[in-house]
Amino acid sequence: MPNKDTIVDVPTVNKIARLSRLDIPEVNKESLTNDLNNILGFVAQLDEVDTSNVEPLASVTGHKLPLRSDDVNDGNIEDLVLKNAPESSSGFFVVPKVIE
Amino acid sequence: MSELLDLNLVEASKALKNKEISSLELTKAYLKSISDTSSLGAYLEIVEDKAITMAKESDKKLIDGNARPLEGIPVGIKDMFCTKDIKTTASSKILENFIPTYESTVTQNLWNDGAVILGKLSCDEFAMGSSNETAAKGNVINPWLKNKKMSPGGSSGGSAAAVAARSALAATGTDTGGSIRQPAAFCGITGLKPTYGRCSRWGIVAFSSSLDQAGPLTRTVSDAALMLNSMAGYDQKDSTSANLKMPDLMDYLDKGIKGKKIGIPKEYTQNGISEDIVNFYEKSIAWLRDEGAEIIPVSLPHTKYALPAYYIIAPAEASSNLARYDGVRYGARQEASSLDEMYELTRGNGFGDEVKRRIMIGTYVLSSGYYDAYYLKAQKVRRLIKEDFENVYKKVDYILTPSTPTTSFELGKKQDPLTMYLNDIFTVPASLAGLPGISLPVGLDKSGLPIGIQLIANSFDEAGLISTARVLEMSAGFNFIADGAAK
Repeated sequence: MPNKDTIVDVPTVNKIARLSRLDIPEVNKESLTNDLNNILGFVAQLDEVDTSNVEPLASVTGHKLPLRSDDVNDGNIEDLVLKNAPESSSGFFVVPKVIE
Repeated sequence: MSELLDLNLVEASKALKNKEISSLELTKAYLKSISDTSSLGAYLEIVEDKAITMAKESDKKLIDGNARPLEGIPVGIKDMFCTKDIKTTASSKILENFIPTYESTVTQNLWNDGAVILGKLSCDEFAMGSSNETAAKGNVINPWLKNKKMSPGGSSGGSAAAVAARSALAATGTDTGGSIRQPAAFCGITGLKPTYGRCSRWGIVAFSSSLDQAGPLTRTVSDAALMLNSMAGYDQKDSTSANLKMPDLMDYLDKGIKGKKIGIPKEYTQNGISEDIVNFYEKSIAWLRDEGAEIIPVSLPHTKYALPAYYIIAPAEASSNLARYDGVRYGARQEASSLDEMYELTRGNGFGDEVKRRIMIGTYVLSSGYYDAYYLKAQKVRRLIKEDFENVYKKVDYILTPSTPTTSFELGKKQDPLTMYLNDIFTVPASLAGLPGISLPVGLDKSGLPIGIQLIANSFDEAGLISTARVLEMSAGFNFIADGAAK
């Protein structure tokens, strides 16, 4: 992990915001950058821990993901699926035009 | 009315079954409480008509002698649980008009067992917070020292405040890093986070899927046992749901702790912890020893790294889970001329600051070039933390710790995000290890605020956790009622 004081700068924050699809108002960018640096500086403590030969732990359950037979167990609920959509038409979700 | 509110869940259930009271009068008493304590802001949505209908159905079952385990018991539901045809917002502006078309498994389990819904309870936005201040509709006030406007804790702040204020006989919560146990401690009530996998996550708004777990917030340990009996259970719809039968927890209330070994981890008594909490922690140790437990000093050497590991793993999972709020399928949308701009404005406008911070952190630690240094590193540390617990459970049966380093704090005091994160320093380690934990009130500090003590058990030993917590509860004899509670 990099030096803790300047882990991210405003251009990096712009890039992460873009990846996150988050509109961040210009006036908030500096304080957000500070907050992120504080948090990333705090988590950088993990560098002190020797984790060589340690396997990452993604799930505590220890069991294999169960499988079920590939049967249809739901369906014919188009109206329910679309019920909370901001915009829908003819059984489809509607989004702004993506091709000219 | 007040006699009805004096009954805890187990007592009310008995009175209902003995036909000394009806669910309708009990439910009406709670609806009145909700209105009497509305200044606390615990409820986001009150479903009076539905409550009355369900109470009447319960009364029929009670009269017919067909009462189910929670028949006629009025409960509040944290707004993270999807409730069919009842608005579910996760305290976020982006879901302000979301009305689920399905019911979460945990709430369905409650209704199948006869519980009556009162309404939906406020929480931190998407359960991200430790003070309930990140809720889009504003904070919740702790019923303790009501006029001082203290935080109920978070993220299940509305749930904890409602139970403490007697505007719900019990409530559901969710706990990712302490969101049941910390507010329970701040509000002088009992909060139980079960083993990861015990309660189905299906239909619960997802925050950090490898950590999220539902559990009850109640007045007493036996109330928690009765609630969890109904909430828990295997569910095919959650791939991490444990296919293990949980014993009837009510059978374990009076088992005692003679000969049980209680571990006292040295890492939980270091700097920054309030003196009053240390005093009550020491008293709790003495009480358990007096009841026949053997007290054993233990060490969980990676405790210090739990919080930094958590603040990589939880935001990483959150950034992925919250990608679904895109203004297309559900939730609010900000109109824009292009799709990308629509996503950015919708999410920028719909999420609050803390949620945005966590999405940003999560996106950063998962991004190309940083994944190994942050995310993979945190997952490795998570294993070391889990192994710490596994080693200790070779020597002891339960671990006793304070629930929080301080008691509640005043709302509105501007804190930087990191200071706020430190609230969960004692609850996060058990979350990372997936272990069941319970916080129960054992006393008041000098200013009159409740102090919570946490017991942590080994995986799937909720039964033993209940036995031990019950002993501590009897010894502590905490019988104070918040000044802001309904009379």
